[in-house]
Amino acid sequence: MSDTELRSEQPEDAVAERLSSAPVEGDAPVGIGALGWLRWTWRQLTSMRVALILLFMLSLAAIPGSLIPQTSENAFKVQTWKAAHKGLTPLYDKLQLFDVYSSVWFSAIYILLFVSLAGCIVPRTWQFVGVLRAKPPTAPANLTRMPVYAAWRTDTDPAAAVAAAQRLLRKRRFRAHVSGGAVAAEKGYLREVGNLLFHLSLFALLAGFAWASLASGQGGKLVVEGDGFSNTMTQLDDFSGSALYGPEDLDPFGFKLDGFTDTYQSTGDHIGEARSFVAHIHYWQGADPTKLKTGDISVNSPLEIAGSKVYLIGHGYAPVITVRDSSGKVVYHDAVPFLPQDSNLTSTGVVKVGDYGQKDGKKVQLGFSGFFLPTAPVQFDQSTGPRSLFPGDAAPALVLNAFAGDLGTDSGLPQNVYQLDMSHLSQLKQDGQPAHIRLSPGEGWTLPDGYGSLTFDGYKKWATFSVSHRPGNSVALTGAVLAIAGLVGSLFVQRRRIWVRAVATPDGRTLVELAGLTRSESAKIAEELAELAVDLQDDAPALEDDAPADDESEPAGAASAPADETKE
Amino acid sequence: MSLLASATGVNSQLADLSNKCIWSAMGVYVLAMFAHMFEWTFGSKGAVARRSVEQASLADAAAAAASPAAAAKKAKKVTVTVAAAGGGTTTLTRTALAGEGATVVTSGRGDGEQAVDGPGAAGSSERADMFGRIAISLTVLGALLNVAGVAFRGFSVMRPPWGNMYEFSCAFSLTMVSAYLILLALGKNVRWLGLPAVLAAALTLGLATSVLYTDSEQLVPALHSYWLAIHVSCAIICGGAFYAAFASTAAYLGRESYDKRKAAGLPNGPFKIPASVFERMPATPTLDKLSYRINAMVFPLWTFTIIAGAIWAEAAWGKYWEWDPKETWSFITWVVYAAYLHARATAGWKGRKAGYLALLAFACFLFNYYGVNIFITGKHSYAGVG
Ligand code: HEM
Repeated sequence: MSDTELRSEQPEDAVAERLSSAPVEGDAPVGIGALGWLRWTWRQLTSMRVALILLFMLSLAAIPGSLIPQTSENAFKVQTWKAAHKGLTPLYDKLQLFDVYSSVWFSAIYILLFVSLAGCIVPRTWQFVGVLRAKPPTAPANLTRMPVYAAWRTDTDPAAAVAAAQRLLRKRRFRAHVSGGAVAAEKGYLREVGNLLFHLSLFALLAGFAWASLASGQGGKLVVEGDGFSNTMTQLDDFSGSALYGPEDLDPFGFKLDGFTDTYQSTGDHIGEARSFVAHIHYWQGADPTKLKTGDISVNSPLEIAGSKVYLIGHGYAPVITVRDSSGKVVYHDAVPFLPQDSNLTSTGVVKVGDYGQKDGKKVQLGFSGFFLPTAPVQFDQSTGPRSLFPGDAAPALVLNAFAGDLGTDSGLPQNVYQLDMSHLSQLKQDGQPAHIRLSPGEGWTLPDGYGSLTFDGYKKWATFSVSHRPGNSVALTGAVLAIAGLVGSLFVQRRRIWVRAVATPDGRTLVELAGLTRSESAKIAEELAELAVDLQDDAPALEDDAPADDESEPAGAASAPADETKE
Repeated sequence: MSLLASATGVNSQLADLSNKCIWSAMGVYVLAMFAHMFEWTFGSKGAVARRSVEQASLADAAAAAASPAAAAKKAKKVTVTVAAAGGGTTTLTRTALAGEGATVVTSGRGDGEQAVDGPGAAGSSERADMFGRIAISLTVLGALLNVAGVAFRGFSVMRPPWGNMYEFSCAFSLTMVSAYLILLALGKNVRWLGLPAVLAAALTLGLATSVLYTDSEQLVPALHSYWLAIHVSCAIICGGAFYAAFASTAAYLGRESYDKRKAAGLPNGPFKIPASVFERMPATPTLDKLSYRINAMVFPLWTFTIIAGAIWAEAAWGKYWEWDPKETWSFITWVVYAAYLHARATAGWKGRKAGYLALLAFACFLFNYYGVNIFITGKHSYAGVG
C-alpha cells in the first residue's frame, strides 16, 4: 500500500503524477442520509489510516496473551494462576483474557483488518488492470516542475529526437508511446504487482489456517517399548477433532514401538541436558498390519504415515512389576508407565492390582504408589524425598508404598490410571510403621500381613506420540512464499515515469526536455535520466556553443558543495 | 539402555580459542569506541566546513574530464536538476566522452534552502579524522576477531554456533558491526554510525561474557534441525540490520528536533547535546531515507524468518503457530514494522511519527530477544539462561 506524495497543484497533471493505485482518501461524508454515511464509513474503513490503526491495535491486542497464561497453550498453568488470583479471575474470564487469540475482541480486530484489506485490494486490482491496459499518462504541460529534469538545445529535428527517445526508452524496457509531441514512458509495474500479490497472499494464508481449523484432528498416545498401537478412537488416549474430521475419519495405520534411545550430557555445566531422543518403530498402513516398514521418529522429524504425521512428544520409564499372592500365584504382571516430574526424570506412578482375588475369605485389591528413579542417590534427602540425580538409567531404583482394600475400579466411574483413589484403601504396616521399600531391578519384596510378594523385574521405556492430521498446510505455505515474493517486488522495485519532449524554438532550433518521476525514496531516477540523456545526445547532440537551458539555476561553484541526494 | 553422551563431542581447545577471540573482540571494540569518542571530541574544535574531501575529488575528476583535451574528443555533458525534499534543488552532472564508455558523475548543490549533510564526526580537524580512521581499522579488526570467535565456537561442536543466548549475542554483535561496515564499504554516508555500532557491540559482548556465558556443548534435541541454521541465522542478521536502522532513526529524530530548535533560535540540540554534534551529522532527509531503506530491505527477511520458524514449529511440534510468547512477540514486532512501512506511505504519518513507530518496532525486537528469553517461559525456553 504505497502512495506517492502528490506534488501537483494542477489537477490535470494529477493523473500523470500518481504512481500508485492506492485509494485517494476522502475526509467527509459525501451525499446525505444513511447511504452517504455508509459510503463514508466504508471509505474510512478501507483507508490507509484506519489500516494503520488496526495493525497497531492488533499488535497491542496480542500482548496480554504473552503475559497471561493461555488455556490453549497450558491449561494447567491457567488453573494455577486462577487459584492464586481469585479476585481478578472473574474479570479476566469475562474479558476472555485466558483465550486472547480466540477472543471476540481479538477476532474483531483481525476480521476488520481483513475486511479493510479486501476493501482496499479489490478496487486497486481493477484499477491496476486498467493502468496496464491504458498507455502511460501523457507528459504534463510543465516538465520543469517534475522531481528530476534535464534539457538542452540541439539542431536535430523535434520528431527525430522524439523517435530516438522512444527507441532508447524501449531498449531500456520502458513502456513508451508518443503523444502530443512527447514520449511518455513507464517502467516498474512489478512494484504494484508485488504489492497486490503480497496483500492477496495474506488471504491465502488465512484460507489455509481456516481450512486447517475446520478439517484437522489430533490425538495422543503413550506406547511402552514392545507394544503396538493402531490409530483408532479406542486406542488413542485422547482425541480432539473438528467439524470435518471426527473419530470415524482417523487415518488407518498403526505401529509398534521397538525401542527408544535417549542420550544425555554426562559432564560439565550442562550435565543431564538431553542430547538425543529417537523412537524406533515398525509401522503399517491401511488394513493389513503384516506389511511392515521400519522408521525412526525424533523430535524434529515426525513420520508421515497415511495422511497423518506422528510426532514424538515425551518419554519416560515403565517399571515391570510382578505381584504374587500368598500361594505364589501370579496375580499381576505388567510394565507400568510412571510419569516424569522433573528434568532428571524422577517419575511417579501407581500399580493397581485389581484381580488379586480373596484374602481371608474376602475380596481384596492391592494398590502401590511410589517413585521410579533412573539414577537414585545412595541415600534419599529427607526434606525433598526421593529424587533422581540424572535422567539416564545409571542407578535405577523403585520406591513403593503398599495399600490394600477397594481400588474403586468397579464403581463404573472413570478413573485416573496414574492415581490411587484412597477412600477405601488402607496402608499396609510393618512393625507399626507404614510399609515401604526401595528396590533395584531383580529384587523382590515380601509384603507384610501375608499379602504375598512383589518383584521389580526390570523396566522399559515409553514414549508419547501425537498423531496429527492437518490439511491446508500447502495452501498456507504457498501463501507465505508468495507473500515474501510479493514483498520483495513491492519494496525493491521502483515504479517510475520518464517523459521526453522536443519542441521547435522560435530561433529554429530544438529544445529537448527530459523529466522523471518516482517515489520520493529513490534517487536512482536522476542517474537513470542522466544515462538516458547521454545516450540521447548521440542522436540529438547538444549545441557546442549553447549553454544548457537550465543554466541559470546552476550556481557557479556547483560541484563544490555536497549533495548526498544524488550520490546514493 | 541409555547411552551417556560423553564430553568428546566438544573440542575444548577450539572452544577455548573461541572464548579468547570473543574477549579480544570486545576489547578491540572498546578501543574503537574510544577512538570514535576522540574523533567526535576533536572534531568539534575546528570550524565546520560544509564540504567533504570525497566530493571535492569528484569535482576535480569532472573538471579533468571537461578539460580541453577531453573536450577535443567531443564530450557529452548532461546536467540533471533534482528537486530535493525540503523544497530546494540539487544537480547531477554526467559527462561522457564519445566513443569511451566512462562517465563521470558530479553532484552539485542548487539553491540555498535545502538541508545539507554535515561533514562527519571529524569535522575539518585532521587529527579527528586520523582518530576516525584508527577507529574504523579497529572496528574491522574487532569484527575479524568476532568472526573467528563465532566460527571456532561452531567448529568446537560442529554445529551452527547459535544454540543459546551467549552464542546468539556473539553473533548479534557481529551482525551489528557488519551492517555498519557494509554500509561504509558501499560508500554510504555512515561514518557517524561507527560510535553507536561499536558501543552496542561492546555492550552486547559484555553482557554475553558476563551474564549469559555458558560452556560450549552439543544441542538439546529440540534444536537438532537444519532450521536452526536457517531460521536463527536470519533472525540474527535481521537484528544487526534493524539496529543500524534504529540508530539512523534515532539520529534522524535528534537532528530533526535540533533543526527545529535552531530555527527557533535555541543554542543546543535536544537533551542538551551540543549543536556541533548535530552540525556534523548528515541532514534529516539523508538519515530518514537511510533508516527507511534498511528497514525496507530487512522486512522481507524478517518475514521469512517468522515463516521459517513456523515451518520449523510444524516439524517439531505439529503446529505452525501456537501463540507461544516468542511467536507472539515476533508477530508483534512484524506488525509494528509493517505499521511503520504503512505509515511511511500515509499522508500525515511521515516523518517524526513514522520515526517513533520505527523506534517502537525495534524496542519490540529487543524485548523479543532479551525480555521473552529471560522473563517469560514458553517453548523457546532452551536459550540457556538461568
Ligand atoms: C511459529 C513458529 C516460530 C516463530 C514465529 C519463531 C520466531 C522466532 C523469532 C522471530 C526469533 C528471533 C527472536 C529474536 O532473536 O529476537 C526466534 C528465535 C529463535 N527460535 Fe523461533 N520461532 C518459531 C519456531 C521455532 C521453533 C520450532 C524452534 C525450535 C525448536 C525455534 C527456535 C528458535 C531459536 C533457537 C531462536 C534463537 C533465539 C532465541 O530463542 O532467543 N523457533 N524465533
